[in-house]
Amino acid sequence: MSAPRLKPARMWPADVIRVGGYGLRSRPLRGILSALGIAIGIAAMVGVVGISASSAHEIERRLSAFGTNLLTVSPGQSFGDEPVHLPDTAIGMITAIPGVESVSAVGRTEARIYRNDHIPERQTGGIIVYAARTDLPSVIRSRTAVGAWLTEATGRYPTVVLGSAAASSLAVIETGPDSLVWLGGRWFTVVGILAPNDLISDFDYGAFVGWPEARAQLAFDGHPTTIYTRAAESAVTTVQPLLGATANPEDPGEVDVSRPSDALAAKQETEKTLRALLLGLGGVALLVGGVGVANTMVISVLERRSEIGLRRSLGATRGQIRTQFLAEALLLSLLGGLGGVVLGIGITAIFATAQSWSTVVPAWAMAGGILATLFIGGLAGFYPAVRAARMPPTEALANP
Amino acid sequence: MSGPIVHLAGVSKRYGSISALDSADLLIERGELLAVVGPSGSGKSTLLNIIGTLARPTAGSLEIDGYDVAGLSDRELSALRARTIGFVFQQFHLAPGVPALDIVADGLLYGGKQRGYRRREAERALRRVGLGHRLQHLPHQLSGGEQQRVAVARAVLGDPPLLMADEPTGNLDSVSGAAVMDLLRELHGGGTTVVIITHDRDIASVLPREVRLKDGKIAEEVRR
Repeated sequence: MSAPRLKPARMWPADVIRVGGYGLRSRPLRGILSALGIAIGIAAMVGVVGISASSAHEIERRLSAFGTNLLTVSPGQSFGDEPVHLPDTAIGMITAIPGVESVSAVGRTEARIYRNDHIPERQTGGIIVYAARTDLPSVIRSRTAVGAWLTEATGRYPTVVLGSAAASSLAVIETGPDSLVWLGGRWFTVVGILAPNDLISDFDYGAFVGWPEARAQLAFDGHPTTIYTRAAESAVTTVQPLLGATANPEDPGEVDVSRPSDALAAKQETEKTLRALLLGLGGVALLVGGVGVANTMVISVLERRSEIGLRRSLGATRGQIRTQFLAEALLLSLLGGLGGVVLGIGITAIFATAQSWSTVVPAWAMAGGILATLFIGGLAGFYPAVRAARMPPTEALANP
Repeated sequence: MSGPIVHLAGVSKRYGSISALDSADLLIERGELLAVVGPSGSGKSTLLNIIGTLARPTAGSLEIDGYDVAGLSDRELSALRARTIGFVFQQFHLAPGVPALDIVADGLLYGGKQRGYRRREAERALRRVGLGHRLQHLPHQLSGGEQQRVAVARAVLGDPPLLMADEPTGNLDSVSGAAVMDLLRELHGGGTTVVIITHDRDIASVLPREVRLKDGKIAEEVRR
């Protein structure tokens, strides 16, 4: 035969996108609604990842602020009834362990603290009064929000430093000679208020009195109830097992040694588990969104039979019809995916701001969200696109 | 290229046990203007689908523009339609919400030409059918006759040698119908082979050639 071989022309990529967007332009509301399903799924997933990343970022920040090298030593439980004490020598012994950088201690007293002398005795507000050494803030990395910590001088007088929660429950907002609280049956002057301490949150409900003053006025026996130890970062694991025997060589089993940062680290682990669960739920939402897109596409193919027939009569190949509907499904999903990522970032930003965290949305979550929608869109569009392509042109053009 | 544009030899089309077209022989030379007439159910639409390569015959041989259709794949048939055959349908088939210019430009969408070229050609085609003032109008803003002229402009974009018109005036009043017929005659004057499928004997009787179908068979032919 003399005629040249027939070869269908390739469509320009811009035309593929334009034709793929045709269904969206002619029925925008339907497109937006089915994209919304995808958007909700992606927003849920990005939001979950974003919120947990922001939370992890916050925990990291606290861990690095307070350090992971703080170890605490406290008396454990004895088998008998008599209370267990740490020996008075414990502080000195621990200081001598190689790798220990600094040591401080508090001693719990039985004294009670009230706003004034008219408050009934039972209304203690859960505030615990500690005898504290002057070097405590440097070891636990606490700082005062108002006023100053106890010094060698103020520690010998009826002065007190309050934890942040204790200060608000006693309605103390400033320090100075006029700021008095009723402590152990006499007036104490508030000289400082601590900023919240995330690592040792018990101290937020604490009131701190100088060691000598506590012994003199509050019937404090002078035994430390908790010893705080900063070890060199590299020595934490070697110091920790030595602490029990060093603090109480006669009875090492009656000493509790712990590492407060473990609690924060454990919290981070818990959140990871929760995140996996929530991500799964977001995935289900995304899948439902994908089914919505598939549904829209199936209906669209049935409704647009005459359009398919016309395009075939204009010279579209089966492949070009398939590409058109696949592109439409991908475009719908991509629209939903982009909307979902923006929505997810918004949710994270609102939540993180409300918690006064910094907003962190990992790039992999955004990229993963978009990739997931493209995958879902391809899956949802595949069957309808194949159906559209298989439709014989005469049937598509037949009168409805 | 020389030789007939359409050549059917003993072409039959069966749908199951029903015979829609029974061993039809038809030769259409380049530049002809002819009508295929017959009552509904006579096989007109089947003949249109077969000549338009939208359906394949179950028996017989068919050559379009020198190509043996039986030997072509679906992809090759699509390419043949894209460059050789233009279609005009009774229901216009204009995309709602798309301006006339873009509707017409889509006539070359599958021809591998760039969008700018297609739109320039579309504008030329719309002027040719007398709709140069309606380029940006949407289908619902046009009268039925204007809509069919848009469809004709789309069909002749890229100058296909063969134009198949299926009841082109079926949905139009007599004045608009006459205008569309004039347009088709004008295209024929420009060298295009025009095949008009109709049940309207008045339209058929004024054309140079008339092929009459009855019960799936070519009953008679009239040349004037």
